[in-house]
Amino acid sequence: MDLIRQLAGETWLVLTTVAGVIPWLILYVLLILLCYFIWRQISRLFRPRSDFGSLKTVTFGDESAVTSDFAASVMSLVLIFLLWGAFTGSKLVPSFLHAPGPFTGDGTFTYISEGPDGAMDEGNVTVRVFPFGTKAEVPVVDPGPGFAKDDALVVAAYRSELLKAQDNDEVTEDAGAKVVSVNGVAIEPEGPAVDVGFASVNMTAKGTLNVTPDKGWQMEKIWLPAPEDVWARFVEISRDGFRNSTLAEHLGYSLFRVIVGFLLGAVIGIPLGYAMGLSDWFRGWFDPIVEFMRPVPPLALIPLVIIWAGIGEVGKIVLLFLAALWIMAIAARAGVSGVRIAKVHAAYSLGASKPQILRHVIIPNSLPEIFTGARVAMGVCWGTVVAAELVAAEKGAGMMIMTASKFQNTDIVIMGIILIGGIGFSIDLLMRWAERVMVPWKGKA
Amino acid sequence: MTVLSIQSLSMRFDQPGGVAVQALKDVSLDLRQGELMSVLGPSGCGKTTLLNILAGFLAPTSGSVTLGGKPVTGPGAERGMVFQQGALFEWMSVRENVGFGPRMKGMPKAELREIVDHLLDTMGLKDFKEKAVYELSGGMQQRVALARCLANDPDVILMDEPLGALDALTREKMQGLVLRLWKETGKTIVLITHSVEEALLLGERLVVMAPRPGRIHREYRLPFAEMGAGQDLRGIKKHPEFARTREEILGMIWDMEEEIMGRVEAG
Repeated sequence: MDLIRQLAGETWLVLTTVAGVIPWLILYVLLILLCYFIWRQISRLFRPRSDFGSLKTVTFGDESAVTSDFAASVMSLVLIFLLWGAFTGSKLVPSFLHAPGPFTGDGTFTYISEGPDGAMDEGNVTVRVFPFGTKAEVPVVDPGPGFAKDDALVVAAYRSELLKAQDNDEVTEDAGAKVVSVNGVAIEPEGPAVDVGFASVNMTAKGTLNVTPDKGWQMEKIWLPAPEDVWARFVEISRDGFRNSTLAEHLGYSLFRVIVGFLLGAVIGIPLGYAMGLSDWFRGWFDPIVEFMRPVPPLALIPLVIIWAGIGEVGKIVLLFLAALWIMAIAARAGVSGVRIAKVHAAYSLGASKPQILRHVIIPNSLPEIFTGARVAMGVCWGTVVAAELVAAEKGAGMMIMTASKFQNTDIVIMGIILIGGIGFSIDLLMRWAERVMVPWKGKA
Repeated sequence: MTVLSIQSLSMRFDQPGGVAVQALKDVSLDLRQGELMSVLGPSGCGKTTLLNILAGFLAPTSGSVTLGGKPVTGPGAERGMVFQQGALFEWMSVRENVGFGPRMKGMPKAELREIVDHLLDTMGLKDFKEKAVYELSGGMQQRVALARCLANDPDVILMDEPLGALDALTREKMQGLVLRLWKETGKTIVLITHSVEEALLLGERLVVMAPRPGRIHREYRLPFAEMGAGQDLRGIKKHPEFARTREEILGMIWDMEEEIMGRVEAG
């Protein structure tokens, strides 16, 4: 019962979070549709189309009439880049597109201090907010009349600062003075904050004012760096390396592990799959093992592999071997099962021997399935190697972003994620190309 | 001279639940060298089972098949098969498909090339030798299948509804081709079909089978295959004798179907 209550609580939390995101999602969809209508008008103006596809009147529901619109892909990527730039104040994005940034510069507000005898006096506060990573002088202010003297404060953007407003006053806090209002709005310890235009001011439990300048809508570098910062970091790391290894070494080690692990998995898995597809005995023998191991995510094997083989190359390659092995075995088995019996019968009737049938009928017939399996296996291996490197590694793409995250080098993390995604995508493109070249008959039987 | 001898062939499949299906019961046939026999019957009469036994893909529960005096115990190159469709190797070109049988036997390349070229030329596939088989139309693919079978020079050719998947026009053209090849090569051919017209045209001998249990119902000796090897097939189809035999056999098969339906309804 406790568990159910906890899970219900978590579910509520998730649902409220999702509900908060929905307006943004709707906005995004509207933006997509807006781009669509604008682009349709433009493209109609410039190139009236009359190919077979565009002459079809029924396209909704006709899968063959749906192709990926290149313009939409380009716009989608450009929009992501613009959003990224706009919310990080990137120099690559024109400044009128920027989301409102954090307040910087000087601002003032006033407070009223009440002495122990009930006397009131007004003090002015000048706040200077400077961009993070630069320095600023404390503004010089005239103390002014009355027992509450004017104050000055410097705060870094995105940070907040306590204001010891009464330290320089004639009647200090110790003497019984307390701040009762800010900009004419009453304020009390731990009460609601007062908006003074450029910042919000609240009062701590001890009665001290806390000034938090407006943060705007832009992300702080530590959460999301601007595109040019990520690029600069990429240039720097490709030149100087990261943690005693060059960028090529980090990526190269990850790729090396994937390729060796995948090849070992294929070398063992494909014959295993053939044996399972061709022999009752082998199928019976390996079915329980394969069917049990297949649903075990390779990531769940990381602890065991580390215990057995340590964190060196052997452990990682064993892990990737296991990730690829079952996928390749099942693909090869499916390839053998998928052979049309008429082809095998035809080959026998033409006088082929069993080895000849294996070589000339069963193996070529299973190639499409094996390529599909290889694509899946490469994807899984690439995901697994990064995850394994997150846990423990000396070198590698995963190790790079994990170490960077420990030092809050978000730019390195984002650069790493982009590189990992790009390499994964390139691997898939390469596999698809190899498939087209080596199995041109796929889907044409 | 008897080349293929089928003696009291029976085939029973035991099904889960203890019910046995008698697919064939006591089928005996003798084929002489160069005979063209078509086998016709309603679905479930065991004609495909019979062909699979002849090819050696199934072992009969009793009875025997001998080819040239030797018992048939498994598939072999002396009995060529032509399937309905999907039996070509997509990963090979037309030329490689046709040359498959001799290549497996290790025939020298030059000789192989000559045989394949000759066959493809006579089949009207001269310009398609290096094409992939999936680039060809259904009719052309069946020409390749025929050529592949002939390239291996079998004693008997077994055809399992080879023209069944073709459109009517292509089918008629292909029927002419089968007859021409039969005349030119003098091969013994067993052809299974579910088209009465095709069975009449492509059989100097026609066996009508009946279902439950699968058995030979009637045999005919027909003149049409001999006539058709030289002249156009549509002329033969107009022949009064052709029409009469067609109606007779159609009636026979209709009666069998009715009987099965009646038995199903009664049971």
